[in-house]
Amino acid sequence: MDWLGHINYWVVIFLMMTGFYTVIARGNMVKIIIGLNIFQTSAFILFISAGKIIGASSPVLEKGVDLYSNPLPHVLILTAIVVGVATTAVGLALAVRVRENYGSIQDDRLTEEEEAEPGL
Amino acid sequence: MSILEWMPFSVLLPLLAAPVCALLPGRVLPWLLAMISVTASAVIMAFVLPEAVQAPMRYFFGDWPPPIGIEYRVDAVNGFIGLLIALMGTVILPWGRVSVNREVPQRQGLFYALFLLSFAGLMGITLTGDAFNVFVFLEISSLSTYVLVAQGRSRAAPLSAFRYLVMGTLGATFYLIGIGLIYIMTGTLNMVDLAERLPAVADSGAVQAAFGFIIVGIGLKLALFPLHRWLPGAYANAPSAVTVFLASTATKVAIYVLLRLVFTVFGLEFVRQMPFAEVFFVLGVIGILFASLWAVEQDNAKRLLAYSSVAQVGYMALAISFVSVAGISAGLVHMFNHALMKAALFMCVCTVIYQVGSPSISAFNGLGRKMPLTMLAFVLAGLSLIGVPLTVGFISKWLLIEAAMDQGNWFAVVVVLIGSLLAVLYIGKIAEAAWLKPTPEGHETIREARPALLLPMWLLVAANFYFGIDTRLTADVARRGAEMLLGVSP
Repeated sequence: MDWLGHINYWVVIFLMMTGFYTVIARGNMVKIIIGLNIFQTSAFILFISAGKIIGASSPVLEKGVDLYSNPLPHVLILTAIVVGVATTAVGLALAVRVRENYGSIQDDRLTEEEEAEPGL
Repeated sequence: MSILEWMPFSVLLPLLAAPVCALLPGRVLPWLLAMISVTASAVIMAFVLPEAVQAPMRYFFGDWPPPIGIEYRVDAVNGFIGLLIALMGTVILPWGRVSVNREVPQRQGLFYALFLLSFAGLMGITLTGDAFNVFVFLEISSLSTYVLVAQGRSRAAPLSAFRYLVMGTLGATFYLIGIGLIYIMTGTLNMVDLAERLPAVADSGAVQAAFGFIIVGIGLKLALFPLHRWLPGAYANAPSAVTVFLASTATKVAIYVLLRLVFTVFGLEFVRQMPFAEVFFVLGVIGILFASLWAVEQDNAKRLLAYSSVAQVGYMALAISFVSVAGISAGLVHMFNHALMKAALFMCVCTVIYQVGSPSISAFNGLGRKMPLTMLAFVLAGLSLIGVPLTVGFISKWLLIEAAMDQGNWFAVVVVLIGSLLAVLYIGKIAEAAWLKPTPEGHETIREARPALLLPMWLLVAANFYFGIDTRLTADVARRGAEMLLGVSP
């Protein structure tokens, strides 16, 4: 197996695991959002690097060039990046509201308070 | 315009109405616009379904045929689900107006705009024939749903919404990674093209990994045990109208995406190679038993029904795990029926919360005498959930048991029966409080709910019985859909 040739996939796996671990292991809501962002970024890189064809030029019509990189994954990921930004914004807004309601954004404190709540 | 040209408008109308809705002032106009666009969507789907059952309808956006363009492809399966979602939206909106007025008193334009976005997202997921387009609509509906859940009046609502956001985003990103891997292997995102090209590369690790990523991603969205942790909090703390809408539509759409990708895109042969049936069987069984037990333990009526929803997802997973026409049509029928009964049950409970002000089961004490119509509706819808003959619940369980016996799987039959007994317990818990316990002091002034709340509720209860007696629409369309998914010619 060509290890260096697949370096993009190794980067993807590394980022994916880092982000995923942060989401699972961290209790701070802001850190969870950062973890989610890293996790999403790994998926973006997976798509973007798949569009690259070695020895091909950028996908702009030009004379004397027949081999183009694939622009479609880039377009798809533009959408996914927008989704990621929107998710981050909503997540942070919710974190602000949670802090207003509970005075904390630390998961273990929140779970305690939640369980102590009567009737809900 | 032909019906084919109208078909995409069942998604586009609510999507286009949403920003307009956000700008409308007051309480009446935003609701009216939402109501008109959702009803229009339902009418369009009602005309689309009979044609789609005959032959798949394909609409190319911008006249670009796939693989360049995106197509909407409607056949018996997604026409059926699309009609279900649009109809549920049409019934829930008039009901929700009363509770929204109390729970979201300000800026209702934004609330209904989000509702429309969520609705349009769900419709889009259902109708599209493009795997990446599913992701986009999934995020449209999810993002608006997170915000809708956070509008709940309880202190925990934003926290539940945040937990839902984390799990939902993880799920969507898992799905995205899976789609990325199959795109790398096949070079297409159109579902029909994928189905043609995937068998050639079915042996590669990348495609098998993609299958795993997609299953986990959608499993998070459909709250399959043990990925259900976000659901009870989100359902319990969301505003009433949102709870009823989510409970009757969101998980159903996720099940549809699962069926579509697993059986149409990956194909039966590939699924048989993977441990799909075994995993879904085990998770379905554990989901039914554990979630029902948890439901029995709950003191909050909304949370109780939410756990019951997790158990019902278990039934659907069990039905799918048979990988047979009988099993999948049982799953599709149960999806339709569960939407009817869970919407009716949540409406009853939320009506009680509206009148009494508390979701705890002790608040139901003696309500049978104070709110007889609401509590009678609850008991009837509850009987349907349990699976008493003449109700839709009976049809679902009957088909499910039949599918299990086809395969000689007696264990599944026993699990379904135990699940039904547990449903008797948790529905009985609320019914007992309402009909047998004395009215507590201070509850003397509680009155029956107003007709605007009762009418949609009783409409759904009536549907529970109508479709329990006349199964032509549900069972036949579901069977056709199942045959189409499995590639068996009728």
